[in-house]
Amino acid sequence: MVDAAFGTPLATPPLRLAGSSRIEHAWAVLATVLDPEVPVVSVVDLGIVRDVREEGDALVVIVTPTYSGCPATEVIEASIGAALDGAGLGPTRVRMQRAPAWTSDWISDAAKAKLHGYGIVPPERVDIAHGAPLRFVPRALAPLACPRCDSNDTERLAAFGATACKALWRCRACGEPFEHFKTI
Amino acid sequence: MQSITVSAHPSVQYLLRIGDTCLILAQRLAEWCGHAPIVEEDIALTNMALDLVGQARAVLTRAGQLEGELGGTPHDEDQLAFLRDERDFRNCTLVELPRGDFAATMLRNLAVAIFLELLWQRLERSSDAELAAIAGKAVKEARYHREHAADWVVRLGDGTEESAARLKAALELLWPYFAEIFEADAVDAEADASRLGPRWADLRDDWRARFAAVLAPAGLSLPAERAFRSTGKMGRHSEHLGYVLAEMQHLQRSFPGGVW
Repeated sequence: MVDAAFGTPLATPPLRLAGSSRIEHAWAVLATVLDPEVPVVSVVDLGIVRDVREEGDALVVIVTPTYSGCPATEVIEASIGAALDGAGLGPTRVRMQRAPAWTSDWISDAAKAKLHGYGIVPPERVDIAHGAPLRFVPRALAPLACPRCDSNDTERLAAFGATACKALWRCRACGEPFEHFKTI
Repeated sequence: MQSITVSAHPSVQYLLRIGDTCLILAQRLAEWCGHAPIVEEDIALTNMALDLVGQARAVLTRAGQLEGELGGTPHDEDQLAFLRDERDFRNCTLVELPRGDFAATMLRNLAVAIFLELLWQRLERSSDAELAAIAGKAVKEARYHREHAADWVVRLGDGTEESAARLKAALELLWPYFAEIFEADAVDAEADASRLGPRWADLRDDWRARFAAVLAPAGLSLPAERAFRSTGKMGRHSEHLGYVLAEMQHLQRSFPGGVW
């Protein structure tokens, strides 16, 4: 680093973090990297960052994608790299790890509260949602409480929504549409 | 742009059958963008196309790596999708057929989703760790697709005279093409022997039971077996695949290496 006024090296270059303090710092930075499509929860909140470790010189972030075709995956990889490099923690490598497959159970309780506040009903626990035997005919879905007015007088409009991870519902009481973060 | 030649190794061929079946169905579903009867279904069909493209990308990537591991020339997912000729595609003929009406699209989606759900379940125990990992994710998506298609098939079959007639016509049209999925051959036998994945023929009984269980409340039953066998997974396709590829591959063929 060069001092702009005098063109000479600064006396104290920024402290180079290493080992556990570097990893701890990295987790703190990752907690500020938001999902591009649901920008109230971070990549740590969503449970897609599985591990942060040092390999030689590099900081390696292990990421598990939510859906096979999630178009946000590449943006997330780039934002993670940029955030960590920007915090001076680089060089950074983001590595995709498919197994074990991501489940909505990995979304933290704090993040579920943030989703609710944002107007998205968070996913239920997977064992509850998929505990029922295989169903082949249209079925009555358990109603979700409207995130705006708390009424249970709601219905699912569509199994799919604006992003791969959400379904579309509406509330008959307040008339507002809302989204449900799918339970997988 | 010169076409690539792909390894004839049975393990590579087995992976191509899976990846190509996902890829070509995704192309057909994406055609609905802007054309579905209601906007919610427009979104649903394109979302499912996206899941299938994601699965295809992962499986084709693994197929191309495996070519290298077996001593041949490795290929990446883009080379495999965009630079193979029609006869080197290994998708079942069923998924390349024109999308038809909404009833035909839903019936085909149901048949394929039930099959893929059974297949991914078995592939979670594949001797290939990467394929097993892909399957662990994809099985959840296939289950969701199956539920969506089953809801619609029952709703159409048990709906108006018009919707029931459309669904019945779709079953008559598509039924002869379902049999190909479960035709046994050397590629399947080899995959079973190496524990890469199941013989698709071994999934037939479960598939029939599950498919029939949805057809019943839709007022339909499994038609009789026919002698006709399509041969897409052996690389001999219907007249329709060439048109799908012409559209899908045009940019990479005309502007090799072009990126967005």
